[in-house]
Amino acid sequence: MIGAQILLECLKREGVEVMFGYPGGQVLPIFDSLYDSDIKFILTRHEQAAAHAADGYARATGKVGVCLATSGPGATNLVTGIATAFMDSIPMVAITGQVKSFLIGNDAFQEADVTGITRPITKHNYLVKDIKDLARIIREAFYIASTGRPGPVVVDIPSDIQMQDAGFIWPETVDIRSYKPTYFGHPGQIKKAAKFIADSKRPIIYAGGGIISSGAHLALRELAEKIQAPVTWTLMGIGGFPATHKLSLGMLGMHGTGYANHAIMESDLIIAVGSRFDDRVTGRLDAFAPGAKIIHIDIDPASISKNVKVDIPIVGDAKNIMGELLEALKKVPDTSEWLKTVESWKKRHPLVYKAEGKIKPQYVIEQIDEATKGEAIITTEVGQNQMWAAQWYKYHTPRTFISSGGLGTMGFGFPAAMGAKMGCPEKIVFDIAGDGSIQMNIQELATCVCNKINVKVAILNNGYLGMVRQWQELFYKKRYSYTCITGPDFVKLAESYGASGIRVTKNEEVRPAIEKALSIDNTVFIDFHIEPEENVFPMVPAGEAINRMIGGMA
Amino acid sequence: MRHTISVLVENKPGVLARIAGLFSARGYNIASLAVSETIDPTISYLTMVVEAEDEKILEQIKKQLNKLIDVITVTDFTKKEHIDRELILVKVEYTAKEKAKIDGILNKYIAKIIQRKGELAIIEAVDEQENIKQLLQDLSRFGIKELVKTGRIAIAC
Repeated sequence: MIGAQILLECLKREGVEVMFGYPGGQVLPIFDSLYDSDIKFILTRHEQAAAHAADGYARATGKVGVCLATSGPGATNLVTGIATAFMDSIPMVAITGQVKSFLIGNDAFQEADVTGITRPITKHNYLVKDIKDLARIIREAFYIASTGRPGPVVVDIPSDIQMQDAGFIWPETVDIRSYKPTYFGHPGQIKKAAKFIADSKRPIIYAGGGIISSGAHLALRELAEKIQAPVTWTLMGIGGFPATHKLSLGMLGMHGTGYANHAIMESDLIIAVGSRFDDRVTGRLDAFAPGAKIIHIDIDPASISKNVKVDIPIVGDAKNIMGELLEALKKVPDTSEWLKTVESWKKRHPLVYKAEGKIKPQYVIEQIDEATKGEAIITTEVGQNQMWAAQWYKYHTPRTFISSGGLGTMGFGFPAAMGAKMGCPEKIVFDIAGDGSIQMNIQELATCVCNKINVKVAILNNGYLGMVRQWQELFYKKRYSYTCITGPDFVKLAESYGASGIRVTKNEEVRPAIEKALSIDNTVFIDFHIEPEENVFPMVPAGEAINRMIGGMA
Repeated sequence: MRHTISVLVENKPGVLARIAGLFSARGYNIASLAVSETIDPTISYLTMVVEAEDEKILEQIKKQLNKLIDVITVTDFTKKEHIDRELILVKVEYTAKEKAKIDGILNKYIAKIIQRKGELAIIEAVDEQENIKQLLQDLSRFGIKELVKTGRIAIAC
């Protein structure tokens, strides 16, 4: 077997069914082997989209996403996608071709130091220097990517190694002496946490992306119901708890609900699970939840006490630890008074928008929610579209909201939607986009049409880079410096690729357009001409305490 | 405050770059660094002196180091009994008349003259940081021509 065949055999044994990528000079042997392989390969129109598609596939399925690109520019085009996956702890393996091993360091054609470039944005990376290491490295790459706190792993393979002949030896087990993630909580800490919970009066659960990656959503629900604590979540935690549950508070933080932010600020115990006290969540740190003790459950010890001092750290897998916690709970707190207070905040500060004038983006998302019964996979781009999608769609199950949370990558949503659809073909996949973001990876229309990847894209078209414009309006005296953006005729553009396009300019056309898009067996762009200067509210100005919100509250 | 930590790592290319990259990306400071192979050639031993304003940053440094796949163990010597040493080579100029004085100074430390050409001597000293500092101060009146220092190395007791 040559290196390229060994690689594909390894991928098959790792259960890879689909990969995304783009060919080039230094991956020719791999592509030659792919020609005979039963792994489905999706040829994107840009390597960045291949990385985002692999990421979207991983987020939708929980499996490791795989992308492939050539050396030099192919690999550097993956970088944004790798960094996106890294910030959101998404399991991904990126395979890159490298110039022949004896040419490395010679500034050869299409050479880039890919392990050097990706070192700070990967969980780990490898340069394969010996064909004998290839199978072990691929095995380790999948293991590292998918265990502990997941993350992307890059494997850089020189093209001469792809061509070298060697016997295929599949390593049955993986043993990395320096990598042993902790999965079960320390019993002493669990006991202490149970006592803190029993003694609390105003507990709140603050759930993050760890709920999704560990599959802890049922345990979370059980815990919340048992201790009768309200649950708020981060952008990454969306879908980890049903939005319509009576203990649900929605998302917290900069564009969170007023009641979630009030509740966490007034709580006396925060149970943080798989979340990391990001600055978009805590607002001004020294003013954050002053009366609260904190239990922090996370698989990554480095996340604990990084931003906020924690009273009870518990390192381990969220699902296991919540199970252990449920067993350890001898007594549950009486939170009836607290829930009444929280309920009064919900009544006093509901999420609202003014339904008047032009089409409101919030209305569009509500209509998508209704039309898909809250069961679609929603991907987003970044900016206002992302926040509206987070606020106004009612997510019930994990892995249905796919968004670049940590890095905030524009151009993510459309290729991620392709990946999600490849992973979950039976699901409706909707990308909620802005007219700015969609233009960052719009070339993927060709990939969708060519591979019959049927995704729907709702473009919330306001003619602005909306979130930046919003900041300019609120904090820069409406000096709209380079945020007014033009785009193509999205309908014609979609059609020119062989996709379908629908333009919507009136409120009464919104729902019929969505229904029509769902009935078309093709990729559809719906170009919603929305209120140009609609803002995302409520909002916590940067550097403020999170209960000092502006706008959007009745 | 400065803290001495040791890090056992896989002896592989790129590991040092990972550690250096971690420090620069997160804005931590390395005051000194010494690296060498251990008895087990697959493992390297790093002694680092790091600057951390407070306990929280030191904790983060240790946790982030531990998170690197190639890092096997991290040991913090701050509250741990240990021996540490630094090695210096220093060129000092002195006349024959001053020799007794120099010898007197060197006798106070773990230091010796390893070469002397004309009025220029190369002195080697291996000692704790405080003593090294003191020695350099003592030698400074003779005129230090050149000084090279290793990073600190430390071992647990």
